[in-house]
Amino acid sequence: MFSLHGYGPSILEGTILTLEVSLFALLIALFFGIFGALAKLSDRWPLRLVAQVYTTVIRGIPDLVLMLLIFFGGQVLINQLGPLFGFHGYIDINPFIAGVATIGFIFGAYMTETFRGAILAVHRGQIEAAHAYGMSPAQVFRRVTLPQMVRHALPGFGNNWLVLIKTTALVSIIGLDDMVRKAGLAAGATRKPFTFYLVVALNFLLITTVSIYLLKYLERRYSVGVREE
Amino acid sequence: MEFAIIWENRDIYLEGLQNTVFLVSIALVLGLLLAVPLAVLRIYGNRFVQLPIRGFVYFFRGTPLLVQMFLVYYGFGQFDLIKESFLWFFFREAYFCALFAFTLNTGAYTTEILRGAIKATPHGEIEAAVAAGMSRLLLIRRIVLPSAFRRALPAYSNEIIFMLHGSSLASVITIIDITGAARIINSRFYSPYEAFLTAAALYMAMTFLIVFLIKRLEIRWFAHLQPQRNRPVIEAPP
Repeated sequence: MFSLHGYGPSILEGTILTLEVSLFALLIALFFGIFGALAKLSDRWPLRLVAQVYTTVIRGIPDLVLMLLIFFGGQVLINQLGPLFGFHGYIDINPFIAGVATIGFIFGAYMTETFRGAILAVHRGQIEAAHAYGMSPAQVFRRVTLPQMVRHALPGFGNNWLVLIKTTALVSIIGLDDMVRKAGLAAGATRKPFTFYLVVALNFLLITTVSIYLLKYLERRYSVGVREE
Repeated sequence: MEFAIIWENRDIYLEGLQNTVFLVSIALVLGLLLAVPLAVLRIYGNRFVQLPIRGFVYFFRGTPLLVQMFLVYYGFGQFDLIKESFLWFFFREAYFCALFAFTLNTGAYTTEILRGAIKATPHGEIEAAVAAGMSRLLLIRRIVLPSAFRRALPAYSNEIIFMLHGSSLASVITIIDITGAARIINSRFYSPYEAFLTAAALYMAMTFLIVFLIKRLEIRWFAHLQPQRNRPVIEAPP
């Protein structure tokens, strides 16, 4: 059952693409997450409102629907905007960009909640002391809040990352050659779908298991300065 | 935007809504029925019972639902044993395959949620039950499970919403759920905004409805933990 009929390298290529999509999407999610959390904790109500709408809407809609909306909708939007800027050819949306952007945007909302909680967990006195030293808000965030919130953010961050990796399987639906789609192609050619999808499933298990160990190591490292209670 | 297209084709969306509701509710009920004994055995069973349950939960929580669904829908046909038996009558139907994969998936997640809730049972409650002479089974039925269900409710409400959102994957294997309806409208009229925004709105409405209903249930189940309102005012003696 476990002969890959020469499709091993193809699945490996797909695995690398899956990892690329995950990591790029994670970068975007971290960006949206940090700014979303700061907006949620901001003194200005318009910022709070935007962040609230962002997290509520994203968490109410399935990932697949959002991805299809951005992939197909973005296609139409770009081709409507093109002529306005003097471009008259037909533009195809790159599924890699659509996939990475959508997953990053979705998980930005989950990261926002994680980071908001982590920022709130940093002792007020620490932040007040930093202000008292005359640091600017940006300095306070970079020097005091950020290093201390990492410890509180790590468990939630880890969960989000594990869910994010599994969500990348959806990019195969919009035609990206990740490992799920590569397995589908191999399955079609060899008539061994169970074998190939099982290999992909085991690949995902491997990635998530390694991630769990890395995250545990990081959690230990960032809690070095904390006394066990 | 032309939302008239949606109104003219509302029958497709209604069919999609019906399929989504059926798929999600049947999968949730069967998944819960599967998870209760598994969670109890995962904690109280011996090592040989625990190991396969751990493996089951580990596999279904560590792999994407899409891959699990493909394994059932495309994969099971690879085995002559299934293909030549009565099982093929079920597994050749996309609807049944989706239901099967969803049930096992939500069953695995629910097992883990219940396991956490059971482990958090206060020692005193169990000791009191043992002292009262309850057998192991009676203790689980009367003491452990009722309080575990309460503790599990917040996490389980998340699982319900994940299942609702996960059910959109059924559209990938030809089922006309809400997302499937949107994909049909999009490809027929080339109107992605109208098609997918309508689907998004339907899912959001259902999500908020679930959140609202669970909130009401929480108020009922956690009545003993609520801050007491209308507490009788005790007059100080003159």
